Amino acid sequence: MASKRPNQLFRNMNAKVSAIPMIVTALFVFVGGTAWTIVYSFTKSGLLPRMKWIGLDQYERLWGTKRWLIAIENLAIYGLSMLVLVFVIGFILAALIDQKIRFENTVRTVILYPYAMSFVVTGLVWQWILNPEFGVQNIMRGLGWQSFTFDPLYNAEIAIFGVLIAGLWQGSGLVMVLMLAGLRGIDQEVWKASRVDGIPAWKTYIFIVIPMMRPVFITTLVLVVTGIVKVFDLIVAQTGGGPGIATEVPAKYVYDMMFRNNNLGQGFAASTMMLVTVAIIVVPWAILEFGGKKNNG
Amino acid sequence: MESSITIRDLELSFGAVEVLKNLNLDIGQGEFLVLLGSSGCGKSTLLNCIAGLLDVTDGQIFIQGRNVTWEEPSDRGIGMVFQSYALYPQMTVEGNLSFGLKNAGFSKSEIAERIDRAAKVLQIEPLLKRKPGALSGGQRQRVAIGRALVRDVDVFLFDEPLSNLDAKLRTDLRAEIKELHKRLRNTMIYVTHDQIEAMTLADRIAIMRDGKILQLASPKEIYNRPASKYVAEFIGSPSMNFFDGKIGENGQSFACDAGTFSLNGYQFGEGGAQDGTAWLGIRPEHIAVGTEAKTMPIQLEASVQHVEPLGSDTLVRVLIGDRRLWVRIDGQSEVADGDALNIGFDPAMANIFDKTSETRL
Repeated sequence: MASKRPNQLFRNMNAKVSAIPMIVTALFVFVGGTAWTIVYSFTKSGLLPRMKWIGLDQYERLWGTKRWLIAIENLAIYGLSMLVLVFVIGFILAALIDQKIRFENTVRTVILYPYAMSFVVTGLVWQWILNPEFGVQNIMRGLGWQSFTFDPLYNAEIAIFGVLIAGLWQGSGLVMVLMLAGLRGIDQEVWKASRVDGIPAWKTYIFIVIPMMRPVFITTLVLVVTGIVKVFDLIVAQTGGGPGIATEVPAKYVYDMMFRNNNLGQGFAASTMMLVTVAIIVVPWAILEFGGKKNNG
Repeated sequence: MESSITIRDLELSFGAVEVLKNLNLDIGQGEFLVLLGSSGCGKSTLLNCIAGLLDVTDGQIFIQGRNVTWEEPSDRGIGMVFQSYALYPQMTVEGNLSFGLKNAGFSKSEIAERIDRAAKVLQIEPLLKRKPGALSGGQRQRVAIGRALVRDVDVFLFDEPLSNLDAKLRTDLRAEIKELHKRLRNTMIYVTHDQIEAMTLADRIAIMRDGKILQLASPKEIYNRPASKYVAEFIGSPSMNFFDGKIGENGQSFACDAGTFSLNGYQFGEGGAQDGTAWLGIRPEHIAVGTEAKTMPIQLEASVQHVEPLGSDTLVRVLIGDRRLWVRIDGQSEVADGDALNIGFDPAMANIFDKTSETRL
């Protein structure tokens, strides 16, 4: 029986058809939008995009603006502290919960709960908690410690750490849950083997368990880093960038330029810089992780 | 024989669930003891208690005469091999072997010497620089044994070490473990649910059920004189055939629906003969067929229901009335479904169990 090889184009039609909307979205919105933004960052666009070429002027102005420099510095401080602390806190919480404690579900829910709140709610809650008139400082003074001072949001030097506390409160739960899942995925016999070998628990965590949890760490890292780079609503809700411009961040700078100052070109330039920064971090990592060796088990 | 491990009145409960019940066990110096039982019988739990990985509820454990009931696993002088190998995946084989020793503060030369010795014994020298991910299952388990070996301990504990391997490797590694035991003469406790592993490796087998040891004896003894009907059914494949009936004439005869058999030649246990309802069990390989059956004291007529040729021998399922029996015959015999078959056996090879207590009479 002579049967012709079916046309390859029509194989798995259902899968191809259902993938089309996402392919179109990815091409037009992500790739197209990004390219458009980059192109217009070299123009003199104001309230509306205008194709008036001015070369690198927008970038020169951007790097000459104190507000942008502070925003970058804040992002670096917030990002590094957040990255380190959220992992340390999340992992320690997960390790503690993994000790076969009672009411594990309750504890886990309580710790994860902040993650269910939006950044706006988180920002407002911590704005109040850190407010000297209503919050922690007031309570401590009410208890009799009259000289107690704790008002990070009103001190330009440390205001970004007030935001950091809120960010940690919100984000630690998610890291803990992911780490806990990773810990639960470790074969119990490895723990037994290390006990027979006489290796203390902390060493087992550092030298055996954490390296075994590498995939979980990478997933968590991606989630945390993207969360850090796009931090915006937390700042808007908690400090509004203040006091002064002490807690400005790049995303807020972009938003303000584009929609408040009617300076699209400057906003595009700032957002292009954010893209470049992320690309500098992500591209080498992606090449290391996915390029070259195909079958690492 | 001086005992290497002594367990006294050991009990373990998880909440209201009693997992091990008043368990006593003496294991001799250099003995290979196999804990055998179906899953959930408490055999792995017992091994974990000996290793110190589980805290006991009551009782005491002595290793080499020292009370180790509340000692850490690493201080008990044991090495342990696990079913899933439990190697440290991001360390090389050498790293796996040395990690515990480094941590215990041994000198570099001492560590190197021990690794060298273990690697020679297990023939894993070419693998030392590799990571576990690049090893086959058999090689991994060898490394895991090596990790126990370098600890230079008196007692080895094996927790179903061959269960994750395929059939051929299992046979090979089983023989290697036996060789290792011959060479090292360490005390070894080996947990398995595989009766072939148990029979081939053990000096003595402890058959466990519901947290208790039902019988502790040499493989031969357990095979020939099982202490209870459960043990008789558990050991041997296909399992023992049973007739239910009654012992009469002061233990002289056994009456069942297949006829009345003379028990002349059967050796009753210490309790002696007792009349009453009972099970008579005979192993498939102790039933003779054809002309050989004519020489047996007990002879029956049967018909062949179906035949399973295994090559070396053939399993035949026969019917006597509507009672089904397994018979193991020579692999070269020609038997077909539906054939009439004379079968016979010697009561000396049988085992009789009391119907109510299910213990051997």
